[in-house]
Amino acid sequence: MPQDWLYGLLGGALIGVAAAMYLLLNGRIMGASGIVGGLVDGSGGFKSERLAFLAGLVLVPGAVVFAQGGASTHLTGNLGVVIIAGLLVGIGTRVANGCTSGHGVCGISRLSLRGIVATLFYLLAGGVTVVLARHLLGVI
Amino acid sequence: MRSLWAFGAGGIFGLGLLMSGMTDTRKVIGWLDVFGAWDPTLAFVLGGAVCVMFVAWRVAGQRATPALGGSFPTPPEPKLSRNLMVGSVLFGMGWGLSGLCPGPAMASALWGGIGGLVFLAAMVAGMLAAPPIRARLDTAAS
Repeated sequence: MPQDWLYGLLGGALIGVAAAMYLLLNGRIMGASGIVGGLVDGSGGFKSERLAFLAGLVLVPGAVVFAQGGASTHLTGNLGVVIIAGLLVGIGTRVANGCTSGHGVCGISRLSLRGIVATLFYLLAGGVTVVLARHLLGVI
Repeated sequence: MRSLWAFGAGGIFGLGLLMSGMTDTRKVIGWLDVFGAWDPTLAFVLGGAVCVMFVAWRVAGQRATPALGGSFPTPPEPKLSRNLMVGSVLFGMGWGLSGLCPGPAMASALWGGIGGLVFLAAMVAGMLAAPPIRARLDTAAS
């Protein structure tokens, strides 16, 4: 739809506001993989703060979607692909120490070389993967 | 108090992901699929978020401490590492296959169906498997 870019820009600004709050109030970098990963392997501390952030991240959009009568992520129904993708995202974000929010939103805006390079690498790997998996193998 | 504000930040993050369309895997895969029906939305999302955060980092630079106490993050590490590059490639492959990254996967946990929950379980398993891989890459680099 033509207005998608406007929703994208406004939604993106909201993501920026959330990251700005987490930085200026709590003094933390808003990285989704770091917040989840720190709880999963017990590293990094700030446990109640991480849990509260994730509760907001799960419950608020969940409530909005239920109020609107539902929505779909249109995730592939191929569970083999879903499992492989989940494993790659889990391993990759923790090995690289960040994902789209941490390296992308918070890193690029800080002009961090690591954030910029990480973003280039995952964008390129993602693009090559979609081209191979969709147009050559036909699995997604 | 810290947790209350963290809940608010998480909620706004989730709303932003929902509103921008980043919880719709078709839009994410559409952005990565440069040889298909290319969808530029993600560039606007990242651009909007980076602009706001660019200002926030400037504000943080002028303050001694965060509003709720504690300290600001340390300056970014300037050195690129093998971990950063290998990890980002692996993450990008999983992101391309599914159209999900950690934020949207969490934001859709309540309504993303069984597939979404399977993705989250696999992601957590991957996170648990990551430390030894990380250590091995560190050793190989030195």
